Amino acid sequence: MRISLKIWRQANPRDKGRMVDYKLDEVSEDSSFLEMLDLLNEHLHEQGEEPVAFDSDCREGICGQCGVVINGEAHGPERTTTCQLHMRSFRDGDEIIIEPWRADAFPVIKDLCVDRGALDRIVAAGGYISANTGSAPDAHATPVPKENADRAFMAAECIGCGACVAACPNASGMLFMGAKITHLGELPQGQPERDARVLKMTEQHDLEGFGGCTNLGECTRACPKGIPLNVISQMNRDLLRTGFSV
Amino acid sequence: MTDTLIAGLYREGEPIADTKAPAGDIAAKWSTRQFEAALVNPANRRKLSVIIVGTGLAGAAAAATMGEAGYRVKAFCYQDSPRRAHSIAAQGGINAAKNYKGDGDSVHRLFYDTVKGGDYRSRETNVYRLAEVSADIIDQCVAQGVPFAREYGGLLDNRSFGGVQVSRTFYARGQTGQQLLIGAYQALERQIGAGSVEMFARHEMMELIVVDDGSGPRARGIVARDLITGEIETHLADAVVLASGGYGNVFFLSTNAMGSNTTAIWRAHRKGAYFGNPCYTQIHPTCIPQSGDHQSKLTLMSESLRNDGRIWVPKNAADCDKDPREIPEEARDYYLERIYPGFGNLVPRDIASRQAKNMCDEGRGVGPEVDGSRRGVYLDFADAIGRLGEDAVRSKYGNLFDMYERITGENPYQVPMRIYPAVHYTMGGLWVDYDLQSTIPGLFVTGEANFSDHGANRLGASALMQGLADGYFVLPNTIRDYLSKGPFGPLGEDHPQVREAQDSVRSRIHRIMSMNGTRSVDSYHKALGKIMWEKCGMERTDEGLREAVEQIRALRADFWTNVRVLGTAEGLNQSLEKAGRVADFLELGELMCIDALHRRESCGGHFRAESQTEDGEALRHDDEFAYVAAWEWGGDGEAPVLHKEDLVYEFIELKQRSYK
Ligand SMILES: Cc1cc2nc3c(=O)[nH]c(=O)nc-3n(C[C@H](O)[C@H](O)[C@H](O)COP(=O)(O)OP(=O)(O)OC[C@H]3O[C@@H](n4cnc5c(N)ncnc54)[C@H](O)[C@@H]3O)c2cc1C
Ligand code: SF4
Ligand code: FES
Repeated sequence: MRISLKIWRQANPRDKGRMVDYKLDEVSEDSSFLEMLDLLNEHLHEQGEEPVAFDSDCREGICGQCGVVINGEAHGPERTTTCQLHMRSFRDGDEIIIEPWRADAFPVIKDLCVDRGALDRIVAAGGYISANTGSAPDAHATPVPKENADRAFMAAECIGCGACVAACPNASGMLFMGAKITHLGELPQGQPERDARVLKMTEQHDLEGFGGCTNLGECTRACPKGIPLNVISQMNRDLLRTGFSV
Repeated sequence: MTDTLIAGLYREGEPIADTKAPAGDIAAKWSTRQFEAALVNPANRRKLSVIIVGTGLAGAAAAATMGEAGYRVKAFCYQDSPRRAHSIAAQGGINAAKNYKGDGDSVHRLFYDTVKGGDYRSRETNVYRLAEVSADIIDQCVAQGVPFAREYGGLLDNRSFGGVQVSRTFYARGQTGQQLLIGAYQALERQIGAGSVEMFARHEMMELIVVDDGSGPRARGIVARDLITGEIETHLADAVVLASGGYGNVFFLSTNAMGSNTTAIWRAHRKGAYFGNPCYTQIHPTCIPQSGDHQSKLTLMSESLRNDGRIWVPKNAADCDKDPREIPEEARDYYLERIYPGFGNLVPRDIASRQAKNMCDEGRGVGPEVDGSRRGVYLDFADAIGRLGEDAVRSKYGNLFDMYERITGENPYQVPMRIYPAVHYTMGGLWVDYDLQSTIPGLFVTGEANFSDHGANRLGASALMQGLADGYFVLPNTIRDYLSKGPFGPLGEDHPQVREAQDSVRSRIHRIMSMNGTRSVDSYHKALGKIMWEKCGMERTDEGLREAVEQIRALRADFWTNVRVLGTAEGLNQSLEKAGRVADFLELGELMCIDALHRRESCGGHFRAESQTEDGEALRHDDEFAYVAAWEWGGDGEAPVLHKEDLVYEFIELKQRSYK
């Protein structure tokens, strides 16, 4: 198939950046979106133009490293990661616009690559259960009701890609954060630090420059793992529990 | 060392022995070693520093544990976050001898299965320890909040996996690796927050620093490139741990993440660390076949599919391009069920893979032609759907079916899936002793980056177990014996041996950037991958391997005159990153072929055509090859030196593996 591309090119964080047009002929329908970019990069190389920088690693939809805005939608038209989107989702002759995640908390590094270190810092602030190695009780000592285990699992599926932030008009990181708080908060092991966790994580979230949630639901529509909006309500309930006013 | 070249390719040096495992009964060795390993007073730990390269399961677990213990830790990964390490992709599960099912499992049985599964080419002492600490891993992960699958009563569920007769595999749907890694990552982030671990994401180790301050050479640091700014940085410490994963990407197409590489361990190899069993590659039987030349990677479909799917090809090559649903039962060859009636579709990975290749080589492969041949066999769920109903199949395997449909555009509920073997895991890696220390003092190697626990063939669900065993329990206990002799004296960035390491990195980058040839890095990587897959892949011959060595040498020479990397070395440059990795693969590939050539036996994932039984099964030669091949770097353009470590089986009897 033939496609036209408009791609955000930005040499480094200080560069202003601009959209650049490219054309590709012979794109296989079976190739993934990133394989299409690989093909573009081979052509650019032949023409002596520097390849487009974009992030990916597993290319299996699980590491969360890939992610670009395609025709205005985070990860593109299907509910999946950019690496799992395939060219058969487009039509011959389509124009495709590709931009990086945009959010104050995610500065652009180059072209389509952004810095999502803020998400790690939110986890470092409290997104864990303190369990030093070697001191754990037998795994069967604490049964977990299946219902809670399933809900914890659902929330734990977040891959930390940041699409929720990119999709949100306020660039809020609340879906990501709510997912972690729900995952750990559904488990008996997560109870001792439950209050401290939500307070420390939300404090870090605001420090990083993410916006607040206004319940638009764009995040959950963009999320490739289907994390539901109610993890944000759970986070808010946990915040209220601590006596903090939301 | 032998004076003359053997086979024109290598020399033989002194044998090596692993002297760290205590004598006595196998069940007591690990506790004895832990007791004998010197302690480090908590007050002194702050004075000791450790560098950990890699934050997958092995590295993140080690960094978190060492940080908790009070050492000063610096951790490195090339991705933008430690949570993205390749470990995240593991689907199936992790083994542990918990015997929660009461089905006769035990530490000894897990030990036995793992040694047998490894085709008797792993070290008994290491494997026993792995089985011993496996149960603690599950406890640790559950305490951290890893959401393993549970039963209605709230207790953990288990399943059986890959040719094993007990249910000892713990799992988290098809995302076990992700959930385990997130657990280790959170423990690591907690230490980062507490200030005991300093994390360097988007940093690539480019060189190992080895310094001889009069008491012999020691690993004392690394040279790394900040992938965002391009800056070359020096990091010094009292010990270095490499947890940088496997090197399956030498084949270009594999199930590994795109960035997986050999650079960290290969650079250490060039500095004196021996490389163990480089040619042992695991080929996984159930991957989605290649669809064309555009393809950048292959995707694994969990092996659990073999519990219900039936594998077949048409009996008659003329039927290969027919719609499979129109091929009647009597015209299908369920070849695994036919050849191995006892195990059927559940034979171990190496056997399932080789038979799929045989079928395609006979011309009975299915699916699109790539490079002139069809490489695919059917994995058919029609029977299972008939027996259990579509809903039951969906609830068991739904996410895998969806993934298959997304990638291939075909609906596997209606048309049989197509699968083909793909490179998946490398059992070789840097040689380590019982303490996980390499032949360079102060350099430790954990997880897939070392060679130690899997022998010639890795059973399913055992790599995750090894990564976490090494990271949480083994390394933190053994490295303290080494660190108790530290700190190893102040060291400045201007020390001549530090300078030398920095200079070599700078000049290498300069050389790559200034070559200004015509070919892209990817084109070399693909060419190398093709040679490796065809000649050092599922089946190897003397002649093919000799050709491969010649071809790799020619390709490498071409690379160093004709590669072209655009852009600059200041700042993010992904082609430059790839160029460094491919340059190292071009050296490693040659060593893999030499190792495969010298091992004139078939075992596990290494099938030598010259060594097979009358009915085409792999034939091991324990009298000649029951050893680890540990290779020493001979110098640029010089032949490598082979050191043998004899494998002694005291507690398990060596037997020919048979699944018939
Ligand atoms: C698709 C798939 C499915 C699998 N399923 C299973 C399964 O079900 N059960 C099982 O037991 N095993 C499975 N495995 C195998 C298992 O996942 C891996 O063997 C294991 O996770 C390796 O862990 P590791 O910590 O050693 O390395 P990795 O997770 O690969 O981590 C390597 C780390 O090193 C870093 N690194 C590498 N080079 C450098 C460098 N030069 N500089 C800086 N950092 C560097 C990376 O950034 C990363 O942090 C599977 C593997 C694949 C590919
Ligand atoms: S919540 Fe969804 S969109 Fe947001 S980071 Fe997690 S997986 Fe990505
Ligand atoms: S590359 Fe890993 S999720 Fe897309």
